[in-house]
Amino acid sequence: MNAAGGRAEDAWRGVAAERLEDARGGVAAFLRARSRRLLGSLLHPHRRALRWLGLVVVLETVSEMVGPYLVKVGIDRGIPPLTHGGSARTLLLVVAAYLAAALAQAGLTIVFVRVAGRIGQDVLFDLRTRVFGHFQRLSLSFHERYTSGRVVARLTSDVEAIDELLDTGISQLVFAVLSLLSTVVVMFLLDVPLALVALGAFPLLCAITAWFRRQAARTYREARSAVALVIVQFVETLGGIRAVQAFRRERRNQAIFEEVNARYAAANIRSTRLAAVFGPGTRGIGSVTVAVTLFVGAHRVIDGATTVGVLAALLLYLRRFFEPMQDLAQFFNTFQSAAAALEKLSGVLEEQPAVAEPAPGTEATVPPGEPLDVRFDGVAFAYRADRPVLAGLDLHIPAGQTVAVVGETGAGKSTVARLLARFYDPTEGRVLLGDVDLRRLPTPVLREAVVMVTQEAFLFTGSVADNIAFGRPDADRADVEAAARAVGAHELFAGLPQGYDTVVGKRGGRLSSGQRQLVAFARAFLAAPQVLILDEASSSLDAPHERLVQDALGTLLAGRTAVIIAHRLSTLDIADRVLVVDAGRIVEDGAPADLRTSGGAFDQLNRAWVTSLG
Amino acid sequence: MRTSSPRALWRVRPYLRPYAPQLATMVVASLAGIGAGLAVPLVIRRIVDGPIARGERGALLPLALLVLALGAVETLLSFLRRWVQAGAANGFERTLRNDLYAHLQRLPVSFHDRWQSGQLLSRAMADLSVIRRFVGFGLVFLVVNSITFVFVIGLLASMYAPLAVVTAASIVPLTFLSARFRRSYTAVSRRVQDQQGDLTTLVEEAATGIRVIKAFGRAPLVAGRYATSAGRLRSSSVESVDLRATFWSLIDLVPNLTLVGVLLVGSLAVGRGSLSLGGLVAFTSLVLLLVWPMESLGSIVANAREAETAAARIFEVLDTVPEVDDRPGAVDLVSPVGHLRLSGVGFRYPGSDRWALRGVDLDVRPGETLALVGVTGSGKTSLLSLLPRLYDVTEGSVALDGHDVRDLTLASLRRAVGVAFDDPLLFSASVRENLLLGWPDATDEELATAVSTAQADFVHDLPWGLDTRVGEQGLSLSGGQRQRLALARAIVGRPTLLVLDDPLSSLDVHTEALVEQALAQVLASSTAILAVHRPSTLALADRVAFLEGGRITAVGEHAELVHALPSYRAVLGLDGGAPGRVGQVA
Repeated sequence: MNAAGGRAEDAWRGVAAERLEDARGGVAAFLRARSRRLLGSLLHPHRRALRWLGLVVVLETVSEMVGPYLVKVGIDRGIPPLTHGGSARTLLLVVAAYLAAALAQAGLTIVFVRVAGRIGQDVLFDLRTRVFGHFQRLSLSFHERYTSGRVVARLTSDVEAIDELLDTGISQLVFAVLSLLSTVVVMFLLDVPLALVALGAFPLLCAITAWFRRQAARTYREARSAVALVIVQFVETLGGIRAVQAFRRERRNQAIFEEVNARYAAANIRSTRLAAVFGPGTRGIGSVTVAVTLFVGAHRVIDGATTVGVLAALLLYLRRFFEPMQDLAQFFNTFQSAAAALEKLSGVLEEQPAVAEPAPGTEATVPPGEPLDVRFDGVAFAYRADRPVLAGLDLHIPAGQTVAVVGETGAGKSTVARLLARFYDPTEGRVLLGDVDLRRLPTPVLREAVVMVTQEAFLFTGSVADNIAFGRPDADRADVEAAARAVGAHELFAGLPQGYDTVVGKRGGRLSSGQRQLVAFARAFLAAPQVLILDEASSSLDAPHERLVQDALGTLLAGRTAVIIAHRLSTLDIADRVLVVDAGRIVEDGAPADLRTSGGAFDQLNRAWVTSLG
Repeated sequence: MRTSSPRALWRVRPYLRPYAPQLATMVVASLAGIGAGLAVPLVIRRIVDGPIARGERGALLPLALLVLALGAVETLLSFLRRWVQAGAANGFERTLRNDLYAHLQRLPVSFHDRWQSGQLLSRAMADLSVIRRFVGFGLVFLVVNSITFVFVIGLLASMYAPLAVVTAASIVPLTFLSARFRRSYTAVSRRVQDQQGDLTTLVEEAATGIRVIKAFGRAPLVAGRYATSAGRLRSSSVESVDLRATFWSLIDLVPNLTLVGVLLVGSLAVGRGSLSLGGLVAFTSLVLLLVWPMESLGSIVANAREAETAAARIFEVLDTVPEVDDRPGAVDLVSPVGHLRLSGVGFRYPGSDRWALRGVDLDVRPGETLALVGVTGSGKTSLLSLLPRLYDVTEGSVALDGHDVRDLTLASLRRAVGVAFDDPLLFSASVRENLLLGWPDATDEELATAVSTAQADFVHDLPWGLDTRVGEQGLSLSGGQRQRLALARAIVGRPTLLVLDDPLSSLDVHTEALVEQALAQVLASSTAILAVHRPSTLALADRVAFLEGGRITAVGEHAELVHALPSYRAVLGLDGGAPGRVGQVA
């Protein structure tokens, strides 16, 4: 990486910088600016409340500073009359004032903590929903690289780092800065030369802060990366616990986990120790300053240039100058941790979906509820640039036709399905739905029209009914049962321990893969799209259920366009047309009955299939 | 049964024991640091009263150097405390997290069916870091502040006892407030932690289920659910903030009220002449020293409550006894021959009152291949899960070579059993590591044989061959490819008992035929039990067991069953139904 090159940071847009261990120069500035923009945009809606909060803090600081002064007044003016048998009026007045100040301070603290807490929680809510929504918008090609564990890491530990900053950091910063400023002003009012001596350490403070910031940016970035590794390993182990246990992977897993966990602990230790140098370091500078000021000040007093009272006051204030420095050090600490998290989160938010929404003004729509035709127009596609999967594919599927795509594993069948569902965009050419380029259809329009049932029937936490209703969220129980009935799974689901309310367990673990596929089918029936894509959706079904699904498809697909990807030719019964794909090209195209007797590739596939039926 | 909170936090002490010297160092360093800090004003008073008053420039330097030295000591002690704290707190957290992970790996599949990984993850990460913060900071300062409090009160008592009593009385409201706060805050902080876990679960599912969400265009629905859940967490967090706001401000009032009391009582004493004015000044300046320890109690107590509920959540997991585990006196399975016998096996999933399997008797001889046939939901997958003890039987027994599998060590049992699931799970690791999952010491030839048997030769064409990373963090493979890898993984160690759950469902006919051919040799040398949907695969089986509604209704050769049982023919689609028609037309 060449930081000197003016546009070097371009290479680190989006999540690319997550691989970066140490950012310097232009890249660091770029990442900082990006994080600042995100923080700014998160706080922007609260700027009014923040101004009020500022006022509350000022009042709170005042009421806090009044206390010691009143004690002094009480002792100087309130008590002497008592010793001479005078009235206790002054003393009582002072005490009353002190009580009022204390109560005011308590009230202001409540207001401050509550308001700041609300702002903080609102910001977190905003950040969470923003990042979550963005992850959902990003394309599959992103998710295939990024992995679920890292998504979880971003939305848990990174968000928590920012939570900590908002929870304690902001108030630390505000209090510290206010005390610092007021102290500096008072010191200059007291004695300018001595104040200059006292503040002589300021450049040193700036230097140590700059050093800390540089180091901390690095160690906290390490910690963020390490915690993501811990989370990834954790999530993956729990997701695959069956295989972990059946194959006795526990020991190896434990070794991997302990290693990444040790890395995380080491990164945490490094950052804590960095703070262990920085915090006491500022305090050390403070101590030296006190000693020097004392020495110089004492000489000035002896010279008659200033008074003992001024020196004493100055020393007291000096202490009050370096106390908040500790808070400031603590703030810098949480801030750096949050900054590393912000850097990653802003990177995610900067990622653009590879499969983008149409530009404003170019959106198109397709007529709802009507059969739509599908056209592949010179489509080329490659997952990796050097390995083309499809090259110049032309295909027209008339509205209402059911097309089966067959061919060997790796021939490109699933790619056709994924392009039609717009999981990816073609590298060349166009995919058209009802004469509209898919790239011009807004997501809600596209998903209303085109639905794909995939081989892995993923189930969410919840009941069987919840999972079927995923196909149409406003469906009631009757609709859900009707859909299940349509795919011939009603008796099966009704016969589960709690019927449709049976909880499917994590990732549907309590159901067999055949049952999961039936849920997925019922889902698709409920969605009832204009174009249905089935990608190996029935591979785990037994013959009777497969037949029921076939029958149901026969009804459902009347008047709909469908693309069925199949290894098994049993599905062909309901197809109007068969495409045989080989190495990304259509090698045969025709009605099933015609192809069966052609002596071509499909004829051979079909013979093998018939033989396999035994 | 839920562990009561304070006891749960108390229970982390074995994890702290190795760090006892460090914790002691932290306490001592803090106290000594406070002492050094206290000494500075005393020296300054001597400078003002001595050299300055008398104009002795010569005596200035040594005293100024003393101030410098005290400052240096204070700095070094503070540095020492934090340095030591870094190692101790993070070491503690690391050990506890390792143990939690190890325990989760031991807990059976039935536990993991029930528990969302998001809830477990939030325990392993967020909850543990709350406890770490308490151990590294709150605990130490709870001790340090208490000692400071007692010490200062002692000092005050030596000056003027009645005022010391007034000051010491502040302990009453502090204790009362902390107790009141504790009751309400414990419930809220528990709720916040639980909701964080729920939120994590939603994130995890939305990431792993992204394909289905996209295929149905349900991103807005999922995002809406997440926002609802995040909104609940926000409300709970705000509730906890409000509680803290009230508590902190009340706690802050205590030292102020104490000061007022001291001022009033002290003034009266001065008026009566029982205390000098200078004495009162000294007294109040000492009481001021107690302000920070009292005020900081607020955040320490809040931190302690959170740590308690976090510990309770962690011990909920650690206290779960693995139902499937080595029995005391479990024996290793030595040179197994693969004689499998199920007698009167009944199985219910935990928490369900329905039998998934009932009265299952089966005897599979060494070297025999048995196929399980039955409709979806008839109990095939459940039966197969009992063999490597992913679940244990509810009644009856599963025996391998005459040993009840529950009397065998899990490690030796699972080494003898090779499994391919209906859902081929791959880990983010190289192809080689995924294949050698259960048998890391298998030779290259064994690996090559397994790969070619499963027709998984495509692995050699991957960008880095066997070293290509697959699974979630690597290359995505097609369903058929993953299934072949899962099959190769099951057979690579030449297990005595091979358990295959619909292992060829995603393969095309051509590949399936090749796999079957090659698999026949493997099956000749091991006992195998396979769940089957396709008639073609049945050619591999010596006998077939027919499952209906969790019971085995027939056992016999495929040809016999086809002949005798219409229901058997129906399950396999051999009754002239739709799938067969393709062939008939041809």
